[in-house]
Amino acid sequence: MLLLVQYTLIFASVLMLVALGGCFAEHSGVINLGLEGIMVIGALGGALAMRYLPGSMAAFPMILCVLLGAILFGVAYSALLGVACINFKADQTIVGTALNMLGVAAATVLVKAINTAANPDDVSSEIQYVDAKKKFLVSLGTFEFNWFMLIAVIMLVLAYVVLYKTRFGLRLMACGEHPQAADSVGINVYKMRWAGVLISGVYGGLGGICYILAGVSAWKFENGVAGFGFLSLAVMIFGQWRPTRIALAALLFGLFRALSNVYFGFPALVALNIPGSVYNMLPYIISLLVLAFTSKSSRAPKAEGIPYDKGQR
Amino acid sequence: METPYAIEMLNITKRFPGIIANDNITLQLKRGEIHALLGENGAGKSTLMSVLFGLYQAEEGVIKKDGREVQIKDPNDANALGIGMVHQHFKLVECFSVLDNIILGVEPVGKMGILQKQEARKKVVELSDKYGLQVDPDALIEDITVGMQQRTEILKMLYRENEILIFDEPTAVLTPQEIDELMKIMKNLAAEGKSILFISHKLAEIMAVADRCTVLRKGKYVGTVETANSSPEELSAMMVGRNVNFHVDKKPAEPTDVVLEIEHMSVASKAHKKDAVHDVSLKVRRGEIVCIAGIDGNGQSEFVYGLTGLEPLREGKLILAGKDITHATIRERSTSGMSHIPEDRHKHGLVLDYTLEDNLVLQRYFEPEFTNGAGFLRRDNIRKYAERLIADYDVRSGQGPITRARAMSGGNQQKAIIAREVDKDPDLLVAVQPTRGLDVGAIEFVHKKLVEQRDAGKAVLLISLELDEVMDVPDRILVMYEGEIVGELDPKTTTQEELGLYMAGAKRDEVSA
Amino acid sequence: MKKNLLKSNAVQSLIASLLCIVLGLLLGYIVLLFINPTGAGEAIMAVIKNFWNYSRAPLQVKNFGNTLVKTAPLLMCALSVLFAYKVGLFNIGAAGQYVVGSCACLYGALALHLSWFPCLLLALIVGGVYGALVGLLKAYCNVNEVISGIMLNWIGLYTTNMLLAGVKESTSPYTLHLKTDAPQAMLPTLGLGKFFNNNGNVTVAIPLAIIFAVAIMILLDKTKLGYELRATGNNKNAAKYAGMAEKRNIILTLVIAGSLAALGGAFLYLTDYEQWSVTQSSVPGMGFNGIAAAFLGGLNPIGTIFASYFIQHITVGGAYVDKTMYSSQISDLISSLIIYLCGFVLFIKYAINMGIAKSEEKQLQKEKAAADQASAEKGGDK
Repeated sequence: MLLLVQYTLIFASVLMLVALGGCFAEHSGVINLGLEGIMVIGALGGALAMRYLPGSMAAFPMILCVLLGAILFGVAYSALLGVACINFKADQTIVGTALNMLGVAAATVLVKAINTAANPDDVSSEIQYVDAKKKFLVSLGTFEFNWFMLIAVIMLVLAYVVLYKTRFGLRLMACGEHPQAADSVGINVYKMRWAGVLISGVYGGLGGICYILAGVSAWKFENGVAGFGFLSLAVMIFGQWRPTRIALAALLFGLFRALSNVYFGFPALVALNIPGSVYNMLPYIISLLVLAFTSKSSRAPKAEGIPYDKGQR
Repeated sequence: METPYAIEMLNITKRFPGIIANDNITLQLKRGEIHALLGENGAGKSTLMSVLFGLYQAEEGVIKKDGREVQIKDPNDANALGIGMVHQHFKLVECFSVLDNIILGVEPVGKMGILQKQEARKKVVELSDKYGLQVDPDALIEDITVGMQQRTEILKMLYRENEILIFDEPTAVLTPQEIDELMKIMKNLAAEGKSILFISHKLAEIMAVADRCTVLRKGKYVGTVETANSSPEELSAMMVGRNVNFHVDKKPAEPTDVVLEIEHMSVASKAHKKDAVHDVSLKVRRGEIVCIAGIDGNGQSEFVYGLTGLEPLREGKLILAGKDITHATIRERSTSGMSHIPEDRHKHGLVLDYTLEDNLVLQRYFEPEFTNGAGFLRRDNIRKYAERLIADYDVRSGQGPITRARAMSGGNQQKAIIAREVDKDPDLLVAVQPTRGLDVGAIEFVHKKLVEQRDAGKAVLLISLELDEVMDVPDRILVMYEGEIVGELDPKTTTQEELGLYMAGAKRDEVSA
Repeated sequence: MKKNLLKSNAVQSLIASLLCIVLGLLLGYIVLLFINPTGAGEAIMAVIKNFWNYSRAPLQVKNFGNTLVKTAPLLMCALSVLFAYKVGLFNIGAAGQYVVGSCACLYGALALHLSWFPCLLLALIVGGVYGALVGLLKAYCNVNEVISGIMLNWIGLYTTNMLLAGVKESTSPYTLHLKTDAPQAMLPTLGLGKFFNNNGNVTVAIPLAIIFAVAIMILLDKTKLGYELRATGNNKNAAKYAGMAEKRNIILTLVIAGSLAALGGAFLYLTDYEQWSVTQSSVPGMGFNGIAAAFLGGLNPIGTIFASYFIQHITVGGAYVDKTMYSSQISDLISSLIIYLCGFVLFIKYAINMGIAKSEEKQLQKEKAAADQASAEKGGDK
């Protein structure tokens, strides 16, 4: 049972971080379908940090460096979305999709190159981080507390404050709702949208590194992040683009995702004799159902997905 | 040394690809005056104001503030010079509160950019008391009336301590009573020393409120006059370049049998729990034009959606030429003899990336004349049909039938839609704001066609927001207010004032038309 | 004369696509340089050469055949994406529809022992139903088709792994060979293999895929249905206003798109060129590459045939890079870069048009100046 709670919390952290990333991008008016790719690249940044930092490093600076690596990579990668969608007014769906594919391909090529350079026989796309991973965990009895759970809560509070209590948040949301209005009061819509996209890079990168640290101690980059970027978008929609609701939605989705990891620990579930694949499918099926019931009355930012053109009024 | 002018725009020229929107225009605004800027749609008023507001950069000419030359590169510059603007389409974020909209862009903040709203609220309340602009600072924009939204826009300027206030077509969306109130507010503001630029094409309002008036025509400067020494006739002549016959020539109507019968129609609203259209009953006969008049947003759009099948009815019954079409699909209504000239030609009326010929068969492409038994389009017949309509209705375009609809002018796009809908030979023609955004020549064409249809024995249902059109074109006027028909008027005997009272909900009769 | 040519939309699309390819390859080359400068040139050439990496002509031809075998399913996926996009829908679910199509045909062949034609029909129907799910969710629940598509991709993958686990080889995670266990389900070769050095994997699938491309083009351009679907894609409000059944059209479009992608799966697995691995943990890239091919082909069915071949050509070519330095995923990298660049196509076209307008203006001014001068000279003569 404790294991279920532990997995639920860690997967909920991932979903929440990434969903908040999507939330910032969409509140600024850009639909970020490339979150999946941003997660992969963010994870790569964190994993590389773990690979190259000495294992003897103290926990706190280590964690900081890994987070910074993930954030940096995530932000840099999200800039590709920004350039295409904000400055060149490209189709946000195509670019997002391209970034998802590019993320996996680029990470694989890069990790393989690093592995092969270190050892010519090693052609895998795997990075191991057994020691580094331990620094993120604190055992509280049988419950393994992961620092990411705290980081996620901090980032949630931060998101809430930034969106609703600051000048920046007010301006950001104005750009997603009515960019012409924002422009008319002297707000630079392009700048704000860039900010939204880059912040989604921060959150997406963090979510990515959190995801690969959730269960395993090595990651094969060929595998991508199994649709978590899109599950997070479902969480965001279910959360109606509001941080607090997103947190609750993330917990729900996290629970179903956790079930596939720990269902065999529950005699009642094992007795049902359902194949493991069904548990694997569960988060996706649930999100489809949830979307089917919540998409009709959506409070999506009104101007999302529409490139802003200053000359066109 | 001291000039009397707050703002001067001297010899402004602004070009867009293909057109000169402003050709050497000069406008001088005195301190404390209300200065009207008059011109038809497309005369260049909005462009000129956008230049002043920093949304566009002029290629030639200078702008002077208090006699000194200034550069206005973006709205921030305009704001810094004390220039504020109420745009025709309000620049308000609907899901924000009134207060948030007012402070957006000039937010008072403390440490770390955290918003400090208390003081802002105090200032807003003071300002609304001082100028009589009642509005709840915590209400969401989407929940308040259009009049209140406009007050929010005015407060936005006052909060920024703007000295020069631009009003872009501020009365288009207001009731006559709200208009009176706005006029009072504007005079108040001018008395307090603010300088006001008032953009309009409504002569009566200009005569009532403005001190001076500058007239533009087709991007060119025509002249500036003192309204006290002028007359509506003179201004009108300056605006259009010739004396326009405002009246539509038509014979008295000879209505015969009923074509459309609406019984107790209600349409649910998307935004509120209340009905958008509530218990509307009316009849339209052959040989008459019935007009639904009213201020924008009183349920006219939903009424049309319900009638044409774009939205379902919550309650009620529709009978078209003796046939119950309450539950009929859009296609069934169309083939049963209903034509619909939609309110928004870009949203509903045209597939902009289709050619003109493909747009002309949009309501008929499935007929055997245009599609053969195997489901293939009969291109040659479509071409022939399109060529005939283009000739009959004088639809002008670059490449004839194969012109993309997007590349056509607004007037010709509208002509194409009218050709398509009228040529279907309907029993009932539903025309929703058919002259919106058209120039005088095109408006005359549309009105002529509507009367022709009436005289050919069709029933015409016109939905209009333009008072002139409401008074001149129809044979009967039904006024819609908050989703209900509140009065039936005879355009020959009623006055604009009476119409205004009904439109504002100040007067209502029990009507069953 | 040259200017008129540049103004044509088709020519602009072609230029834009070629530009995307060149830039994509260039960026791929830069990545290779970054990894290891010594072999980068050779590696990018290996990707471009694909079967020409073999020195002997018979092997070249045989491997050309293999590339074609994998082009047919890619073309079908690309057509699926293209068809849905014309109606304004982004069918990222093509990947999942491809998976369930593969599942249906393999299950039909190996578990139900059906022959090839019923297997194709089964794939077609299952794919159609799977596409319909996305359509129903979109039409009735307003669910974004990209998100529901992705969810269904994963659901499809796990379902397929579960179902095909019953027909796999006992010692490996791969499904049984059709050649030995279900020869009746192998697609007919029509003797096409002869042209490819007796490549038995070259089947009717390849000409069929091309026929589908032509059929899709005719359907879109010449029929009433195509007129309706394109109208819906361009302006769904106007389509609704004109009485077109919007919901029906959305669902119908995704049924057709789903069937196309599913047939793509059948076109690959019924040749026995590959076996399905039931331990696969990621959705096959075929459907995603279909997006690349559709956009690279300028969203034109005929253009898509060539674009599909190109994408497949470099994907297969990736296998020929020197594995001691680089990985074969370099071709995935290049094709995803190409999709990214396809996002800029509108901008490229805009830039071309601006260029034309500018040079025309200059030309006009020159002519005017010349005319002025001529008239001035004339005046001088007098």
